[in-house]
Amino acid sequence: MREVTIRDALREALREEMQRDNTVFLLGEDIGRYWGGAFGVTKGLAEEFGDERVRDTPISESAIIGVGVGAAITGMRSVAEIMFGDLSALAMDQICNQAAKIRYMFGGQASVPLVVRTPFGAGVNIASHHSQSLEAWFMHTPGLYVAVPSTSYDAKGLLKTAIRGNDPVLFVEHKLLYAVNGLIPEEDYTVPFGAADIKREGSDVSIVATLYMVHKALTAAEQLSKEGISTEVIDPRTLVPLDKQTIVKSVKKTGRLVVVSEDCKTAGVSAEITAIVAEEALDYLDAPIRRIAEPDTPIPFSPALEKFVIPNEKSIAKAVKEIV
Amino acid sequence: MENAKLLEMCRQMLTIRFFEEKIFELYGQNLVPGTIHLYAGEEAVAVGVCANLRKDDYITSTHRGHGHCIAKGARLDKTMAEILGKKTGYCKGKGGSMHIADFNMGMLGATAVVGAGIPIAAGAGLSIKLRGTDQVVACFFGEGASNQGTFHEGINLAGVWGLPVVFVCENNLYAMGTRQSRVMLIEDIADRASAYGIQGVAVDGNDVLAVYEAARMAVERARRGGGPTLIECKTYRQKGHSRFDPATYRPKEEVGEWLKKDPIARFQTKLFEMGVLTEAEAQKMVQEAKRAVDEATKFAMESPFPEPVEALEDVYANEESAAIK
Repeated sequence: MREVTIRDALREALREEMQRDNTVFLLGEDIGRYWGGAFGVTKGLAEEFGDERVRDTPISESAIIGVGVGAAITGMRSVAEIMFGDLSALAMDQICNQAAKIRYMFGGQASVPLVVRTPFGAGVNIASHHSQSLEAWFMHTPGLYVAVPSTSYDAKGLLKTAIRGNDPVLFVEHKLLYAVNGLIPEEDYTVPFGAADIKREGSDVSIVATLYMVHKALTAAEQLSKEGISTEVIDPRTLVPLDKQTIVKSVKKTGRLVVVSEDCKTAGVSAEITAIVAEEALDYLDAPIRRIAEPDTPIPFSPALEKFVIPNEKSIAKAVKEIV
Repeated sequence: MENAKLLEMCRQMLTIRFFEEKIFELYGQNLVPGTIHLYAGEEAVAVGVCANLRKDDYITSTHRGHGHCIAKGARLDKTMAEILGKKTGYCKGKGGSMHIADFNMGMLGATAVVGAGIPIAAGAGLSIKLRGTDQVVACFFGEGASNQGTFHEGINLAGVWGLPVVFVCENNLYAMGTRQSRVMLIEDIADRASAYGIQGVAVDGNDVLAVYEAARMAVERARRGGGPTLIECKTYRQKGHSRFDPATYRPKEEVGEWLKKDPIARFQTKLFEMGVLTEAEAQKMVQEAKRAVDEATKFAMESPFPEPVEALEDVYANEESAAIK
């Protein structure tokens, strides 16, 4: 095992898949040799694989995804980068009406091996158009997969699964996680979709969290353990497909659930997970479910305001203590 | 052009016309679910363009796409079955009139979102370039689509990357009920090509030989690596936008003028003049085309509807992994 950042883990996955399969190519704004992506994920890949396979595009999000779709249905494996997740709104038709529906509406004739990599998440003071967490938009679109890695290991393994698969994937990267270190093995590996990972085992309460919130939940769990509360932290790793079994099994064991997600609370990630547990494990609950999410506001700019809306370790610990 | 090819183009145009007339008739009998957008009157465009394409070339299509399918070589029976929502249709009844695809024939599918096929066609063009083949893509869309952002983004990208795509604008003057002059200050969509630094040409879209010639040059350019072309075909839909649109927004005189320019009648006259076709042969061709449509209709009518539970299939490649949900 060796320690790498999530940024480097993602780049390794891209490099290894491009070496493994010459139909894999990348496209996006400033992902090439001059910049290597706004967050540096593709740095060095244009030099290694050439400008044809690592393509800088105009600022045309709809065309970036549409071109990715067209290439994917004609024999290529497209990996598109949308510089900030918020800008996926510009490509919603191509992602949700085209990529996600092509297999189905054409009766299974076509596959769409397209990965849309994009960073979500707040916390770096770049306000309402560069900070959102929009996972729920895409969870609501049948035909798409949604991957949400929180560690270097998961990021590399899930991205490989995404690239090798035959369906479109919205691959979420959290911008505060790029520089976070984690261990990965030397050898080739993948992480399957639909398999949650228990990041910490516990017996008193289950926390389901994704992306950066996994790390905050683990910090909260560590603090809670000092107070005698044993917390289980579950990272779904993919929201579509969602590993309901692992979540429900954990709730049946602990009898308590806190769901932590960085997106807006209304009709969000936490709403879906809560609903599943209410449907499938209500009788096992010893306390009400608690949801920690962002309030239903756009992401504000000022650090004083932004900090207020993002869930944190304290709010997670507080919610746990309310129901234990 | 060889006589056989001219006759084949004529036969295809007749087939499309009779196919559309049959659907119009079936719709009236309540046998076609949903809505339909007929291609009658625009046959010269699909046929003139596709006559330049090989089987392994691609096309993208629109909500008004039956003609594109037939011209690219799709089977009439599976097309008709799809329109009737049958299990034997191209998309097993999941797509319908607005979403027919035949990937075996390079027909990459019809999208019902106006303009959405333009970047997808560019993507197929990029795929060709990256794979190093000499295929080309023909991308069909209407003049209404040229006001979408996808037109700008897709054609700009195809131009700057030199992709082998022929963008075919079927200008039938009306986007639903909105006349072109109400939403654009220009008359020729082809003029927009200059904004992307590519060739643009406007042709009489009811003259199949004019369309053929423009497409021939564009396809040759694309195939030899010369990049995309925008061809505007001036045409007219003989029916309303969809089945129940009486199209009262179109002046009677205008409709009458365009009916006089019917692309099939004009082409037949031309073929008579050229001595390629006789009246007797034309009659025979009509009967054969009608018979082909009738056989396809019989197949579609006799085909079963899908089992309801099939609605749950084809969402993902690996249904098992999706089922974890």
